[in-house]
Amino acid sequence: MNNGILRVEGLKKHFLIGHRGVVKREPITVKAVDGVFFSVQKGETFGLVGESGSGKSTIAYITVGMYQPSEGTIYFRDRDLFEDGLKRSRELRKELQIVFQDPGSSLNPRRTVRQILELPLRIHRPEEDPLQEAMRLLEMVELPIEYLHKYPHMLSGGEKQMVAVARALATNPSLIILDEPTSALDVSVQGKIINLLIRLQRELNLTYLFITHDLSLMRNVATRVAIMYLGKVCEVAEASEFFQNPQHPYTQMLLSSIPVVSDEEDAIKPEKIVSTGEIPSPVNVPSGCSFHTRCPHVMDVCRRIDPVMVKIGTGHIARCHLFEQPPENTSSIGADRSEVDALR
Amino acid sequence: MTQQVKAQEFGLSITQQVVLEMQRRNRRENLGRAWYKFSRNPLSIIGAATVSIVTLLAIFAPLVAPFPEHVKPFTDFANASRPPSLTHLFGTDEIGRDILSRVIFGFREALGMGVVVLTLVVPVGVLMGLVAGYFHGTWIDTVIMRLTDIFLAVPPLVLALAIASVLEPNLFNAMMAVSLMWWPWYARLVYGLTSALRNEFFVASAQTSGAGTRHILFRELLPNMISPIFTKMSLDIIIGSMLSYVGLGVQPPKPGLGTMVASGAKFLPDLWWISVFPGLAIVVVVLGFNLLGDGLRDLFAAEEV
Amino acid sequence: MAASAPLLDIIDLAVHFRVYGGILKVLDGVNFRVNVGEKVGLVGETGCGKTTTMKAILRILPVPPAVIPHGEIRFKGEDILKMKADRLGKVRGRGISMIFQDPTAALNPVFTVGQQLEAVIRFSSPEGRRLSRRQIHDRAISPLQEVALADPERLLRSYPVQLSGGMRQRVCIGMALSTNPELLIADEPGTSLDVTIQDQVLRLLHELVQKKQTSVILITHTLGVVREMTDRVYVMYAGNMVEVAVTHKLFSNPLHPYSQGLMKAVPRLTGGGVAEGIPGRIPTYQSPPTGCRFHPRCPHVMEICRELKPPFFKVDADHEVACFLYEGHGSAPAAEAGAQ
Repeated sequence: MNNGILRVEGLKKHFLIGHRGVVKREPITVKAVDGVFFSVQKGETFGLVGESGSGKSTIAYITVGMYQPSEGTIYFRDRDLFEDGLKRSRELRKELQIVFQDPGSSLNPRRTVRQILELPLRIHRPEEDPLQEAMRLLEMVELPIEYLHKYPHMLSGGEKQMVAVARALATNPSLIILDEPTSALDVSVQGKIINLLIRLQRELNLTYLFITHDLSLMRNVATRVAIMYLGKVCEVAEASEFFQNPQHPYTQMLLSSIPVVSDEEDAIKPEKIVSTGEIPSPVNVPSGCSFHTRCPHVMDVCRRIDPVMVKIGTGHIARCHLFEQPPENTSSIGADRSEVDALR
Repeated sequence: MTQQVKAQEFGLSITQQVVLEMQRRNRRENLGRAWYKFSRNPLSIIGAATVSIVTLLAIFAPLVAPFPEHVKPFTDFANASRPPSLTHLFGTDEIGRDILSRVIFGFREALGMGVVVLTLVVPVGVLMGLVAGYFHGTWIDTVIMRLTDIFLAVPPLVLALAIASVLEPNLFNAMMAVSLMWWPWYARLVYGLTSALRNEFFVASAQTSGAGTRHILFRELLPNMISPIFTKMSLDIIIGSMLSYVGLGVQPPKPGLGTMVASGAKFLPDLWWISVFPGLAIVVVVLGFNLLGDGLRDLFAAEEV
Repeated sequence: MAASAPLLDIIDLAVHFRVYGGILKVLDGVNFRVNVGEKVGLVGETGCGKTTTMKAILRILPVPPAVIPHGEIRFKGEDILKMKADRLGKVRGRGISMIFQDPTAALNPVFTVGQQLEAVIRFSSPEGRRLSRRQIHDRAISPLQEVALADPERLLRSYPVQLSGGMRQRVCIGMALSTNPELLIADEPGTSLDVTIQDQVLRLLHELVQKKQTSVILITHTLGVVREMTDRVYVMYAGNMVEVAVTHKLFSNPLHPYSQGLMKAVPRLTGGGVAEGIPGRIPTYQSPPTGCRFHPRCPHVMEICRELKPPFFKVDADHEVACFLYEGHGSAPAAEAGAQ
């Protein structure tokens, strides 16, 4: 059985942000990631969707080594990434790269494109000529070589993002995490970058973990999609199944809220579920199923018990009391894992 | 053609030559653009010009000053206390020394002390601030910043006066005292900047690439702090004059602008030129550096985070 | 279209900025009209000049770098650009109100929501100044209730930082509508919010403007939002309006090559891959292209496009496009009411 190039197992990340009360001093934690399981197959584009507080960006930052998990871990090619805490071997670092969301701050404004590209090259491929390689990287992302000597503020948003992509490619990685790569860009620039990413994936045999809140974009990019809410995964399915047959009420709510540009798209959207109330803060996660405060199908059990992930179709799992078979209630972690296994 | 041959002697390919040529052209262009930006504000030009003139005067003082020997022990009571005239443009002081010459040599003191102190203080302070800020929240941070706090707790001038009263008030002691109390300001400035900048994505990117701490501190973070540091340096450079006014610095009979103002004060308002001209000189130096500092700040800040 | 006089009529507006390298000719003769009770969308990408246009309407452009060489902005017949300060003060807030893209930046973090709302109420009308603090406080409750915010009393005492993004945006909407303006300008009202919250906020806006009969200018670069929220749409490119139509006509039949490019570039929920987008970059305003500013990127460029700036051609009763491809339809006379 293929374990997947990236495997997230029981991942939790809680940030301690302070204490409540003078005497009792209860800790206040942000449960950014609260028990996540999924695996990414080699060569696919695994999409991670969610709104603010869902934890999708935190997962990205943990994967690439910026944070250490509070619980659980992530396996890359069956190696535990956090064997040695945040210390990671050079070989491992080169395999996992990330393109950040905001091109404005992910490139050092006081460094030229050449210097930005040469940094990973010097660290991970010291035997090669950094200048030659930097030029080759720019060619790969279809930017003119003159840009080597430009500073980031001289480039447009799209061009900056392409430099960020080139930087991610510099180490010949196997997996690239794309955290909202086009969210800050105009739609006419987005297409160019996305098509470039798709082409590069084919040519270089890359695996992508693609994070975005733009569902229409996700539809056209991802092979499989997982949707997250307040630190937990709600539903995972293959892309076409996810969009044509969403089962989890949150997925349906999200899909029904997106503004589309054509009548055909209106037709395939789920029936309108009007979202009421605010998205709860990850500091105050509601009891039971964290979505119960906004769910149109809320039942009594939802307020008390957190549902477990169950299989509802081929390669399609969802975590909701609407789908649970009553008698069996194996421990939630066991059920989650077995279902994720069943997806492989 | 010969350039191409020469380049090939070094084993460079044609494309690499093109790239190097572009780099050269780009640097020229960047400088040109920088000058253009800087020169938009006439005040910056005035600042730059003033600083250049003062610096040149300080360097070439013996050649420029009309009466260079007046800076050494010298008396000429026949010519003492003369108001400004054609021979003595700034007049003479109470023992007959030409004030213009002394002011010109005074620029040496005004700048010299500042240069020496800053050379000592800035690297130390910046380094402490970088390290403390980058390791924000750890024991390194705590140790360095508490040390900084200790030195900052004492007002600089008071410390200077205290030292003046205890130690021999010569130039060397003055510079040591000033260096000791000045570095925490830079440490604190850089600490704040570093603490803020270290959370930027470009730092995370360098970290996840596997860059070492030294690279991140000096190649990623420090270049983004140039403008506040430079601005502060441009204001601090007149430390010398400030201190010599309170008696810590160059000692009479050596010419110091501050000393001259202080010692000439008792002759006001009759022999006004003895204090006023050195005082004006201080104003000019301070103003010049301020304007230059503003111009440099605007120049660098536009491209920083 | 409406036969009565337009509420807002921008006529041949040009805005230039004096900067380091020369002059940025941003707005190049813009015509824009909003009729009473209409919701008009203004679609354009970053740098096209839409925010500049809106700032010009309220005269909040920084005037030393900005220069207005020609043009008129008529609000109910009066030219805003020529108004005196006190008249302008009355128009701002009561005649025309604005919501900004980032509600966090639009609210002052050191004052409570209540203090900010009360300030708006106090200064928005002459009678406002004569009200007692108690009266002003009571009047501040209703805007919050109108925007469906729970527990208005507690909210009045809260600081913006204690609220979520969606709540802040709703507070801004409440503030903007509390003065019952005739025209509301909403600059990317949902962009910084989550999708489900954006949906909520836009619905709310829709309801409120229906109820209060407020006209709206909705500025955005998200085509889907325009399609759901507006009656008529202007498409803007590089400082010019290039197409204007009743909303459903723009979406079913975009005419201008730029509009077509934009529509193609939007990823569809029905799948089909991501289109390439529009090649090239937006022009620099320092030396914009001659003739039609879009011509360097246009797949249908003709000789005339490089030389002359295309006027609006009326293709339909409520569909006009500034493109020589449609020359055969004749130009729209400037005086005609409606889109031009």
